[in-house]
Amino acid sequence: MTLMTGIGAAPAGSARPARKSGRRWLPYLLLLPGTLWLVVFFFGPMLTLGAASLWDPAGSLQTGYAQTLSFGNYVDAVRDAGPQLLRSFWYAAIATLIGVIIGYPLAYAIALKAGRWKYLLLVAVVAPMFTSFLVRTLAWKTILSDNGALVGLLRDIGILGADGRLLATPIAVVLGLTYNFLPFLVLPLYASLERLDRRLLEAAGDLYASPARSFVKITLPLSMPGLVAGTLLFFIPAVGDYINAELLGNPNTYMVGNVIDSAFLVRLDYPHGAALSFALMFLILIIVMVYLFRSGTDEVV
Amino acid sequence: MNYRIGRWIADRWVMGVGLLVLAYLALPIIVVAGLSFNRPSNRLSYDFNEFTLDNWTNVCGPAGLCDAVLRSVQIGFLATVFATVLGTLMAFALARHKFFARPAVNVIIFLPMATPELVMGTSLLALFVTGSVALGFWTILIAHVMFCISFVVVTVKARLAGMDARLEEAAMDLYATPFQTFRRVTLPLALPGIVAAALLSFSLSFDDFIITNFNSGTTVTFPMYVWGANQRGVPPQVNVIGTAMFAIALLLVLATNVRRRRGARVA
Amino acid sequence: MESTAGDLHIANVTKRFGIFTAVDDLTLTIPQGAFFALLGASGCGKTTTLRMVAGLEEPTAGQVRLGDRDITRLRPYQRPVNTVFQSYALFPHLDVFENVAFGLRRRKVRQVASQVERMLALVQLEGFTKRRPAELSGGQQQRVALARALINHPQVLLLDEPLGALDLKLRRQMQIELKRIQTEVGITFVHVTHDQEEAMTMADTVAVMNAGRIEQLGRPAEIYEYPATAFVANFLGQSNLLAGEAAGLSGGDVLVSAYEQRFAVPAVRARADQGPVFLGVRPEKLALVADGAAVPAGHQSVAGVVTDSSYVGVSTQYLVRTGWGTELAVFAPNSGTAAPLALGARVTAHWDPRHAFILRREPGEGDRTTPVLDEPDAVGAVS
Repeated sequence: MTLMTGIGAAPAGSARPARKSGRRWLPYLLLLPGTLWLVVFFFGPMLTLGAASLWDPAGSLQTGYAQTLSFGNYVDAVRDAGPQLLRSFWYAAIATLIGVIIGYPLAYAIALKAGRWKYLLLVAVVAPMFTSFLVRTLAWKTILSDNGALVGLLRDIGILGADGRLLATPIAVVLGLTYNFLPFLVLPLYASLERLDRRLLEAAGDLYASPARSFVKITLPLSMPGLVAGTLLFFIPAVGDYINAELLGNPNTYMVGNVIDSAFLVRLDYPHGAALSFALMFLILIIVMVYLFRSGTDEVV
Repeated sequence: MNYRIGRWIADRWVMGVGLLVLAYLALPIIVVAGLSFNRPSNRLSYDFNEFTLDNWTNVCGPAGLCDAVLRSVQIGFLATVFATVLGTLMAFALARHKFFARPAVNVIIFLPMATPELVMGTSLLALFVTGSVALGFWTILIAHVMFCISFVVVTVKARLAGMDARLEEAAMDLYATPFQTFRRVTLPLALPGIVAAALLSFSLSFDDFIITNFNSGTTVTFPMYVWGANQRGVPPQVNVIGTAMFAIALLLVLATNVRRRRGARVA
Repeated sequence: MESTAGDLHIANVTKRFGIFTAVDDLTLTIPQGAFFALLGASGCGKTTTLRMVAGLEEPTAGQVRLGDRDITRLRPYQRPVNTVFQSYALFPHLDVFENVAFGLRRRKVRQVASQVERMLALVQLEGFTKRRPAELSGGQQQRVALARALINHPQVLLLDEPLGALDLKLRRQMQIELKRIQTEVGITFVHVTHDQEEAMTMADTVAVMNAGRIEQLGRPAEIYEYPATAFVANFLGQSNLLAGEAAGLSGGDVLVSAYEQRFAVPAVRARADQGPVFLGVRPEKLALVADGAAVPAGHQSVAGVVTDSSYVGVSTQYLVRTGWGTELAVFAPNSGTAAPLALGARVTAHWDPRHAFILRREPGEGDRTTPVLDEPDAVGAVS
């Protein structure tokens, strides 16, 4: 359970799983219903989506679709949704970067500086998830409102022009993405910093390393597994999100999710929607692979 | 003196930044709670206007809101029951037995957690449309059970892995049959993990929008209601629901913490 | 010993894990009512043997019998055998009362409360019934584990390193306690340990295991005073084993020549009288004199130089290098009758031949004077 290990799944293998022979069928019996569910409702749909992405785009829900292996759907879908696709990865990347910049100090503070307040601060990190995703995203509409205190303040000190706004801008969308997925980044990062042996830092100090040097040479490398897991848990849902773009942005900030949503639910253009959806998955997969390879860690997988 | 001030800042700045970030995370919740007591000036306004208790006394005022919440609770409950049972059985198989197909099953469990919701939502829609399945309550339930199972397996498996296998041997040694061992020792010890998995499932199901959006047909869950209301003006009662959800979840978490603390103190 | 109906028989039992043979054709009879210790280093097969008696492992071959009853294939819950587990395995979700009552409840025994009370009194834990295991000290947990097993009146009680998790002082106290309880209840105790002192203190019969086989079985004093193999001589305490050649019997003695010296050992203390042998003497059976002429009549001796001395309170432990380079260990009691010896002093180590022994030796094997290291079992390790 690769990505999840960063969050603190216990080490496997401590139990003694060997059981008496003659009950070999038992694990398969236990696994059967759940596995069947996942095969039928996860892998089955994936195959169907793959098939749908190659349907003849001339068909419709009423007339039915013919399987014509139209690979051109991918070209059309990616070309038509090019700006939104690029924007998705671009927004998600910026949000991830901001997330790391503000999430690292938070995780570090909780893991190494919080003492007996640790648990309370951890609860505060996950607290946003206690309420509805959509409701808390809507709250940003109030915070960033043209008549709100924040915009007023920014206008007064001249960061925003007299009629400058935050709502319905890319800033609002990136801010919303950062806000909504930050806990997914902070938790694994916290878990890896928490495991860090404090004596290593003392030893580094003892060996004449300045605090900054100790951080770069010891803390940062040792927290890499958590950082890699955290950024992936942040980035993957952020790319696929379109709630923030819809609620906090405007049509010019739409992400690929908005396009896919409208392809399936408004335009009812299944072949192109499916192609775009599949293309998105492949792009994410490639980026994740490259990222894991470049970060030189296989501990998360 | 200067040195001491510098030292004090060096010691605290990380915590200072951390608290600022926490404030950023907390701000929307405070706003939601505040808005639940707000009477907006018009339907499309999200700004604070004047204090009122009307939203709390008249939660079900807006047409369809309480129906949507009820539907979400129903789906959340059923999805939790199915996913918890199926996932717990799988977790037991994976944690307690070594068998040939284990790595493959682990991959099957991992993939749904790593796949973007967008892809899962659209693929299920493709399946249902291809199979001419009418979208609605049941398709939402099927989808929710699917994405909850993996989280249940991971949570329960972690609990089982941390459990001493010797306890089950001890039970068998003390005349407990395999069934009694499971009933009297394994199950009670795994229960906290199972309960945690169930709570997680419920909250995942209750809050899901993206996958539900593709597979709901005309059925409206609470997130679907909010999404739809966004176009024509969100009633402030939505914030009452949001605040109540937050309060219930917070109470649950704090209650388990108090219990855990009590357990830790006597240890 | 009066009845044999409850004797535990382990007959030609072998247990293999893959290609690893943990227990190798083991045959053993443990009389009813005995306090029996299986002693060995980690990985010697002692815990595996115990688990086969408990029913937690199935033998690859062989038979486990209680009296005339074959219990080899019975499941753990079908055997009149109970176990005190290493690190206790108390049920964390049950209180002390329910932990102890567990076995009775599973067998639907009535009048649970009075029996539990009586058992807790036996292990001196009255008044602890409502506590959870996590609220108890290590020693108290150990007593609960014991009570939980004993309450079922098993025919055999198995103890797997029961004192391993306790600190030294508590361990001594529990050794005495266990011995008292065993005498009181009269149940067969089979006790697995890597601690030779623990085995010797408590058990009336000790079996020393090595590589899945029993090296020697007997009363503690017998084994210590007259070990059967070089392994036992250096696992149970420490021995100076000098490589020599036995040259047959002469009168009641076996003659041994080693390093151009001739020694004699009573034939009753010789495991061989021909071929390559070890001449063994325990360090505390050696005495040191500065003057070779002061060796008492009838004693045999080796000359050497003191190369090391450690003062350990009750005794001083010397290393004496012989002419051929082997360092002999000599424990001199600090009885105040002899002055300490300086490093480099020329001394003669002597012993009474009735304290020496002769063991079989593989040809080519040299002197052995260092003890076998015994490290505690890793938790859960197959040993």
